[in-house]
Amino acid sequence: MSIVDTIRAGNEAQQGLKPRSELTARELLREVGSVLRLSEADAAKLGDVPADPNEDQTMIINMGPQHPSTHGVLRLMLELRGEEVLRCKPIIGYLHTGMEKTGENLTFMQGGTNVTRMDYVSPLNNELVFSMATEKLLGIDGDIPERAVWMRMLLSELNRMSSHLLFLATNGMDIGAVSMMIYGWREREEVLRFFQKVTGLRMNHNFIRPGGVAADLPAGWRDDVLKLLDLIPPRLEEYDTLMTGQPIWRERLQGVGVITAQEALALGATGPILRSTGTAWDLRRDMPYLHYPEMDFDVIVGSYGDAFDRYAIRLNEVRESMKIVRQILDRMPGGDYRIQDKKVTPPPRARIDESMEALIHHFKIFTEGFKVPEGEVYTAIESPRGEIGCYIASDGSATPYRIHVRAPSFVNIQCMPHMLRGGLIADAVAVISSVDPVLGEVDR
Amino acid sequence: MSDAPAAAPDEAVSAPEPPSRHGCPLSDSRGQVVLHPSRQQYVGVVRALLDEGFEMCVDLTATDYLLFPERSLPVEITPERFEIVVNLLSLSAKERIRLRVQVPADDPSIDSLFDLHPGTEAMEREVFDMFGITFNDHPDLTRILMPEDWEGFPLRKDYDTGTIPVQFSTDFGARS
Repeated sequence: MSIVDTIRAGNEAQQGLKPRSELTARELLREVGSVLRLSEADAAKLGDVPADPNEDQTMIINMGPQHPSTHGVLRLMLELRGEEVLRCKPIIGYLHTGMEKTGENLTFMQGGTNVTRMDYVSPLNNELVFSMATEKLLGIDGDIPERAVWMRMLLSELNRMSSHLLFLATNGMDIGAVSMMIYGWREREEVLRFFQKVTGLRMNHNFIRPGGVAADLPAGWRDDVLKLLDLIPPRLEEYDTLMTGQPIWRERLQGVGVITAQEALALGATGPILRSTGTAWDLRRDMPYLHYPEMDFDVIVGSYGDAFDRYAIRLNEVRESMKIVRQILDRMPGGDYRIQDKKVTPPPRARIDESMEALIHHFKIFTEGFKVPEGEVYTAIESPRGEIGCYIASDGSATPYRIHVRAPSFVNIQCMPHMLRGGLIADAVAVISSVDPVLGEVDR
Repeated sequence: MSDAPAAAPDEAVSAPEPPSRHGCPLSDSRGQVVLHPSRQQYVGVVRALLDEGFEMCVDLTATDYLLFPERSLPVEITPERFEIVVNLLSLSAKERIRLRVQVPADDPSIDSLFDLHPGTEAMEREVFDMFGITFNDHPDLTRILMPEDWEGFPLRKDYDTGTIPVQFSTDFGARS
């Protein structure tokens, strides 16, 4: 049977969750056992419901894609017995716009506008990983001016803060602490206001570009950051009062959506999910890039692997990011903000008025882009959601031959069936929220 | 084309025996370690690397080299149209390794890594969806991002992107 026949033979519900009566014991075992790395006997015990097609013991329902707490357009198919979730399958693709294909038609110069729209909650991290991959291909990754490197770190950490603040808002909203939603969005907006001042846009900045950053920091940026650093700590204290110590909040999250370190590793989960299981893995510390080795910060680790740990990790990572931002403020050097390599950097505006060659060069670099030597690289950085990677294969032209973004949410979403298994349907919302997927990045 | 012959004698001078690991040629791509197993060696090599401590399969993707067959590869490797690219990570050794497996166009299939790294489930489905490469013994090989009844594989190089006509301000016509 050819591939096309395979697809044509499939009915409408091919991607969906199969009813239990159509499921073989082996399929069930692979679905569960392979991830948990169980023996066959142990895994067989997990297929706990006897497959009896005549009895209506279980029900399959759809949650999403238009459910407010699915953070966009995530659809979960859940098999329920009463209120207990037996199986779950995330169905994605509703937001797929072919961004990797689009990326093949955009020059390395234009690529930033594309990748920044993938994980739209932490756009600067996407741009950073794309720029780092391009620079590695160009062989200029060691020549980026100091000021650009520190600016990249500053923006990346502030972006981590804004992303985690958004998580705190949506997590609160999903679980019923609706006032938290307003507080989280409010604080995030303060960070975005700074981004707007620096990059001109609140989101989708296209500010970090191959070779450096697009512009220098505006006048008064230091005061703005300091204001931000004074503003947020007391607000985080408020969150602690409102949520962390509150019995309802703890009841709602503790012991919910548990995942073990072994499962997280097997599933390729990274970021707060992996750290919640007690595995201290943070690319900023363990496989450092930029100037992170010189920074003093802690990797926040949980111990139970539950939704509460993931909440607490993100809350405290905001504090760690602020610690890093303070150190960056002390050490921000002067100088160029982009590499003075005529190949990748357009001539400054003033030169265009006086030199014909500069004008031609400026025109050519924006219309044709710059050529990148052939080769392939994979770079990875720690985004707020985990490891974001960028794989670029170049054929020596001005557009990537193949660009692939390893999206942390895409991989992390696979943890959901294992976190939800055996839990209650009411906890599903808490679990989805604690994974913190961004569907723009999942579907790309 | 010019790169491949230039690289080969270079390696021969520095190391008389071409570098290899687990019986597969090893190469260096901008300082990153790349292993080139054959389709038959693929799962065995990933298993051996897993035992060595590469406990996480970070990424699995593919590339369609239809328009760029002359890419640089170790001399032992016959270039094929498709390439499966797997990135493995060792948390204990803080190391990465990349596998590039050649997959021919007339039989686009390869064994699944699901039993070794269950996290590749969605990634392999994505590769199937985008490139039409089938994974033997994958538990649920269906389209993941595209609609179920979609025809063609979008990230293949012979898949037409199509264009949307851009309407300029001179010709708006009446708004209904």
